[in-house]
Amino acid sequence: MVNWIWLFFIVVSVIAAAANGQIDAVTQAAFDGAKSGVTVSFGLISIMVFWLGMMRIADDAGLLKKLARLLSPVVRLLFPDVPKNHPALGYIMSNLSANLFGLGNAATPMGIKAMQELQKLNPDPQTATPAMCTLLALNTSSITLIPTTLIAIRMNYGSANPTEIVGTTLAATIIATGAAIAADRWYRRRSKSAPPPSINKRKRKIDKTHAVQHPAADSLSAASPGGGTIA
Amino acid sequence: MLELFTRASSWLIPAIIVFIPLYAAFRKVPVYETFVEGAKDGFGTAINIIPHLVGMMVAISMFRASGAMDMMLGAVQPLFDWLHVPSEILPLGILRPLTGAGSLAFTADLIQTHGPDSMIGRIASTIQGSTDTTLYVLTVYFGAIGIRKSRYALKVGLFSDLVGFIAAIMICLYIFG
Repeated sequence: MVNWIWLFFIVVSVIAAAANGQIDAVTQAAFDGAKSGVTVSFGLISIMVFWLGMMRIADDAGLLKKLARLLSPVVRLLFPDVPKNHPALGYIMSNLSANLFGLGNAATPMGIKAMQELQKLNPDPQTATPAMCTLLALNTSSITLIPTTLIAIRMNYGSANPTEIVGTTLAATIIATGAAIAADRWYRRRSKSAPPPSINKRKRKIDKTHAVQHPAADSLSAASPGGGTIA
Repeated sequence: MLELFTRASSWLIPAIIVFIPLYAAFRKVPVYETFVEGAKDGFGTAINIIPHLVGMMVAISMFRASGAMDMMLGAVQPLFDWLHVPSEILPLGILRPLTGAGSLAFTADLIQTHGPDSMIGRIASTIQGSTDTTLYVLTVYFGAIGIRKSRYALKVGLFSDLVGFIAAIMICLYIFG
């Protein structure tokens, strides 16, 4: 996907430049772009170094764990089908609290560990469970407390107030996460009310034929029993 | 409400910066050594972005200079003008869920061209900061455990990106407008 986007930009640029008589400008732009890429990356060093230092202090002081514990009622509510005290819940909490602090590098391994634990509860290892979809939804919209990268870029280009976007970002990210949770709930309920998966949960083998006989059911939820029987 | 918003923006970071070391000191953490130890990772993280950002900024810079960007935006200009939303933002909304480096490069490009304190610069910063790259998260998380059927996960991610995009624009127009 990324390959295609990149190729699209470059190919369309050269064609458009030829049509507009801007070939020289495009050459210049290519080199300027490379230069900006390096400038922006270097500008990120200061904030990244500072912020990751602060976060190590927070981590060593047990603050991330504490935050994770605070999140536990929310997590239990969002993942009703994960048994209490299951290790997956701990990883989910760590993942969410790392995201909250903008620690993408720490959040990803925790998220993957959480997924691995959720996979152990999965009857069909090739199809995502509702809990996995919820965890993914929370990560794609991830609530960010401090958008460190953006603050650094704004500083680089001489903003009078680089942190003025913290409030707007927080508001937008909360709305996006709310939308993700709402959409996730809606799909969850819909896949539960469709006949095959709900019955399928307990009486998988008995319902094998039943599930196959209902191709009219939503293809997304019907995919679960179908794939399960083949595997 | 507006006052509160800008206040929260300027207080949040100093509050965190003073709270973390203070709390850690109470827990007998050697704060300075720990800071330096953790800070070392920051250098590598920033340097690792260089190839991604150079690649994407070259492509976007070319796209703008060739006039292709204006041709593309010209088509949607009337609609965005009618909504009082700068049309330059649109490509960012499309890029954001697809490529993290690409949207970061585009945001940097918008900030460079229009200024960080312009409405476009503020909206772009907010959009870039408020959601993560859905396609990347999906690939990494589900790829790691071999999930082939992601069911409704992609739809949920893209839907929340769209909501976040619209919310970011509306909030910025309201707060900074």
